[in-house]
Amino acid sequence: MNVAQPSHVFAVPDDLPLDSGQVLGGAQIAYETYGDLAADRSNAVLVCHALTGDQYVASPHPVTGKPGWWERMVGPDKPIDTNRFHVICANVIGSCMGSTGPASEAPDGAPYAMRFPVITIRDMVRGLVALLDGLGIERLHAVVGGSMGGMQALSLAANWPERAARVLVIASTARHSAQNIAFHEVGRQAIMADPGWADGDYYAREARPDNGLAVARMAAHITYLSEEGLTAKFGRRLQDREATSFSFDADFQVESYLRYQGSGFTQRFDANSYLYITRAMDYFDLAQEHGGKLANAFARSRNARFCIVSFDTDWLYPTAESRHIVHALNATGNRASFVELSAPSGHDSFLLPHEQLDRVVEGFLNG
Amino acid sequence: MADHAAGLRFDLAAIAAVIREKHPGALVLDIGCGDGALMAALESEAGCDARGIEIDAELVERCVARGLSVVQGDANIDLAEYPDKAFDFAVLSQTLQTATRPDLMLDELLRVGTRAFVSFPNFAHWRTRTALMFGGRMPVTGALPVSWYETQNIHHVTVDDFRDLARAKGAVIERSWFFATERAISPVGANWRAEYAVFQLSR
Repeated sequence: MNVAQPSHVFAVPDDLPLDSGQVLGGAQIAYETYGDLAADRSNAVLVCHALTGDQYVASPHPVTGKPGWWERMVGPDKPIDTNRFHVICANVIGSCMGSTGPASEAPDGAPYAMRFPVITIRDMVRGLVALLDGLGIERLHAVVGGSMGGMQALSLAANWPERAARVLVIASTARHSAQNIAFHEVGRQAIMADPGWADGDYYAREARPDNGLAVARMAAHITYLSEEGLTAKFGRRLQDREATSFSFDADFQVESYLRYQGSGFTQRFDANSYLYITRAMDYFDLAQEHGGKLANAFARSRNARFCIVSFDTDWLYPTAESRHIVHALNATGNRASFVELSAPSGHDSFLLPHEQLDRVVEGFLNG
Repeated sequence: MADHAAGLRFDLAAIAAVIREKHPGALVLDIGCGDGALMAALESEAGCDARGIEIDAELVERCVARGLSVVQGDANIDLAEYPDKAFDFAVLSQTLQTATRPDLMLDELLRVGTRAFVSFPNFAHWRTRTALMFGGRMPVTGALPVSWYETQNIHHVTVDDFRDLARAKGAVIERSWFFATERAISPVGANWRAEYAVFQLSR
């Protein structure tokens, strides 16, 4: 895995207090910005990335060279229009694209590895809030996020309600379900069962837990797609052959595709970061943080407007989870919109072209 | 500004006029808000804080795209999530007759709203009566343009029926408006003469 040099790094001046009771000292936050910040600093939009995302929302990824992960949404004349908005996207703590995570140097000069403290979604947002403080942005025009990014947006709205005027949550949830945790546990166990993992101390070694990380990615990737989408894309079609080979080669196109996704992922992601971030997502339960009642989480957020979007084929964070959030917002009298959009591609739909999503995002940010 | 009110359907225009004149700045829930025409008019002309519920995803998307706060949901179910008296007004326009249980819907309206507006097509209008009497078939008229087998109107209601229901529910009819061929008419003989009715209620 390569670690790219990010264009901006913010050194968090104070220790970050963590939900575990530990503190993270000397944290760094790598971030990218797009579009000019208005003189009154009122046009900042914070985009929060998903599990394996990064700060390169609208510019090429320095390792893979691929376009930014949401270039179709963020940019000049795009729904999140950088002619109007100053878009900030930061790598979350625990990740591996320049922000402090398990691959970073601990104070003793060696990588943290498993000495990195277990973090939560709220801890990630603490890092983001520290960044906003550093940038002098008191109130965001909007905080926007899909999937784990949506969890961060919800956490910001609940815990720092004065920091965002609009909260846009796409294909996300207010808590990880047993099924969500179960899939993540499969991924973590795949990494930890790889001899290359070496209890997390692989940074100085030749061998890496790439096989385990690839399997984790393969399992997770299935949850991002719909059965309908997989069937349409691959069906039972064979990969470059006329008949099954009576072996364990990748006979089927879907096998070949997953193997490619898995091995490609190891080029850009750190296995320990995957452990830490999936753990943070599993621990996420916004209601539990607020006395067991989700409505309590939003009781202080009445000056913000919310927009919640789900996709009908998303079985990772299904519409029922979004409705749960919306009901809590209605119960506390918050200004909320909610729409379930139709899309064939499952959870990944939020990253793919979708004209209705574009109109909702643009309309909500401009309203 | 004025173009919002100008484009409003007659029953919504009546509701918007009352709120604009007597209750500017009100907190309004529009149930079955459609494309958000009433909400937009209330927000831009009456300084209201308007929220909506709409079951059709495409209409919700259009509402959100115009900056309105609209939740996709089924009023038969999702009204239960709102606290008591959360709104100054709950509006139910041309939706009562599609409700699973109009009586329970009316209860919910008067629970979440201090006041409610209800509008509906009057099934006892003379044209409907004559169509049924002489045609012998479920009427298809301007106010009820869809055949019985595909209409969403599963609970046809008349002006007198609604007055009875309001009384049974202990609701006070504060004002009423009646329309024929999209024009306001006097309340005299409304159960015969009105194609549409709008009631303002409280409890």
